[in-house]
Amino acid sequence: MTRSEAVRHAATTTLPSDGASAAQSRPQAAATGVPLAVVSLEGASVAVGGRTVWSGVSLQVQAGQFVAVLGPNGVGKSTMLKAVLGLVPLSGGRVTVLGERPGRRNAAIGYLPQRRAFDPGTRIRGVDIVRLGLDGDRWGTPLPGWLRGSKGRAARARVAEVIDLVGATGYARRPIGQCSGGEQQRLLIAQALVRRPQLLVLDEPLDSLDVTNQASVSALIQEVCRSQGVAVLLVAHDVNPLMPYLDQVIYLAHGGAVMGSPEQVITADTLTMLYGTPIDVLRDRAGRLVVVGQPDAPTDHRLPR
Amino acid sequence: MSSGLSWNLADDVRQMLVFHFMLNALRAGTIVAVVAGAVGYFMVLRRQAFAGHTLAVIGFPGAAGATWLGLSPVFGYFGICIAGALVIAALPSGGRANAGLGGYGEESAVIGTVQAFALACGFLFVSLYKGFLSGLNNLLFGTIIGVSDDQVLVLLIAGVGCLAMLMVLARPLLFSSVDGAVARARGVPVRVVAAGFLVLLGLAAAGTSQVTGSLLVFALLVAPAATAARLTARPALGLTLSVFIALVVTWAGETIAFFSPYPIGFWVSSLAFAAFLLATGFRAVSDRHGQRRSRASARPMGNRVAAGAV
Repeated sequence: MTRSEAVRHAATTTLPSDGASAAQSRPQAAATGVPLAVVSLEGASVAVGGRTVWSGVSLQVQAGQFVAVLGPNGVGKSTMLKAVLGLVPLSGGRVTVLGERPGRRNAAIGYLPQRRAFDPGTRIRGVDIVRLGLDGDRWGTPLPGWLRGSKGRAARARVAEVIDLVGATGYARRPIGQCSGGEQQRLLIAQALVRRPQLLVLDEPLDSLDVTNQASVSALIQEVCRSQGVAVLLVAHDVNPLMPYLDQVIYLAHGGAVMGSPEQVITADTLTMLYGTPIDVLRDRAGRLVVVGQPDAPTDHRLPR
Repeated sequence: MSSGLSWNLADDVRQMLVFHFMLNALRAGTIVAVVAGAVGYFMVLRRQAFAGHTLAVIGFPGAAGATWLGLSPVFGYFGICIAGALVIAALPSGGRANAGLGGYGEESAVIGTVQAFALACGFLFVSLYKGFLSGLNNLLFGTIIGVSDDQVLVLLIAGVGCLAMLMVLARPLLFSSVDGAVARARGVPVRVVAAGFLVLLGLAAAGTSQVTGSLLVFALLVAPAATAARLTARPALGLTLSVFIALVVTWAGETIAFFSPYPIGFWVSSLAFAAFLLATGFRAVSDRHGQRRSRASARPMGNRVAAGAV
């Protein structure tokens, strides 16, 4: 098999999905008549600035699944999220999100973009940030809560409820610039959750956190995924803090993707097939996975944000 | 001014309002303070003070040019400030708040260059229009006796229009100011909102210039908003405080200017500066107090994180 054949083969591979989670969501879907997959890519390709980032990718994210998108820097992980949100056009294939074209159902998607932390001088409270997630896209000036009657009370109750869900009640009334990275991340997850989305799209939510917070935010995301029945599509560059919580991983490399359970995908065989060069997956004493031998993506793969 | 101060507040105010120019100055000041306080709050939040400064400064060549051509300076102010706002909005990332980590890199250089050229043009227009030299100080630093009835009317129309547009934009503007990427994903037309806000900023700068002069616009556009932001982190309260401080500073500044021999621009700016200093002091004290309190309540140390990657 030549190298390009290997890549093409890899690009269309979806490993047999985890039986348990598929079985979980199927009866639901049959009852409501909603298509099974929350996100579905069929031979999808994306080009940015005339360069193909990845192509021929086919995969499905089911309702209520916690899925991580992994891969080396510059391989198009964030681009995949943007394609799902309809912020980046496809150059080929098809993407369906909640049964519609990308971008059509964004009201039912909670999005947390890749970011640096809020500036320490940002003088706006966490609770205001969460509230903007609820109705910030509506034109006009909100009336004060006591003038809006039951509607205003309901909105305030929803904001308080979701802040409590992520455990941010203690610092939600502080200026967000004065909150720590972990606290900001929790408040932003609350903002993404406030409209009861069916899908959470999180771009590197663990990136600026220390090890303790990486673990607790990962646990929080899984908890939200289970208790709210929301599917999660999360970009990460290190799978280890997420390992105990994930249902599926999507591994992007070399212009293609492989999807399956972490145990299936993060193996020497699968990754060797995906990259087309020999890759080793090592496991240390604490059970952490290390992928060895992956070629670095060329530096021009770094996409403008 | 020639009038004496009797230290009887009611008498003094009555004495002041006898003069029609003073009534007009207070009317214009009130309109301008409300608009500048409200628009300024968002400008400070979006960190677009540099764009605001530029719009204020280019008002000077606009007004000087209009006078040279025999038009009312009012049209010069509004015309050039709105045009300038549209040009900044059309720059590649000029309209964006917090444009990435670099902020305005290239744009600030371009805007700064244009700003210097605009000031030079203003000075040229002043010298082309002979005998205008007494007006130069007024254009740059404001005057208390210069506001005509027509000017008040134009300011009122512009002010009401500006506030109405701000009320329509307010919520998506706040959203895209603090969280642009999420707002865009939620379907807020971030670029349109940003361009609309720059036009509002141009209107506010043009209006304020006519009371404080081009160089002292920031006394009303930045200082009250920055003061309010130091006092509260609540958006609605911050906006209200900003307008309130701008109003108090304007009324007090105009009154003191009436009873003293020194110009209005100086008094308004000094009062605004004093308010800002007081708020900064208040913030420093309450922050230290808050830190001590939170240290006492011994928060889990795991929450302290180096924030800032990527």
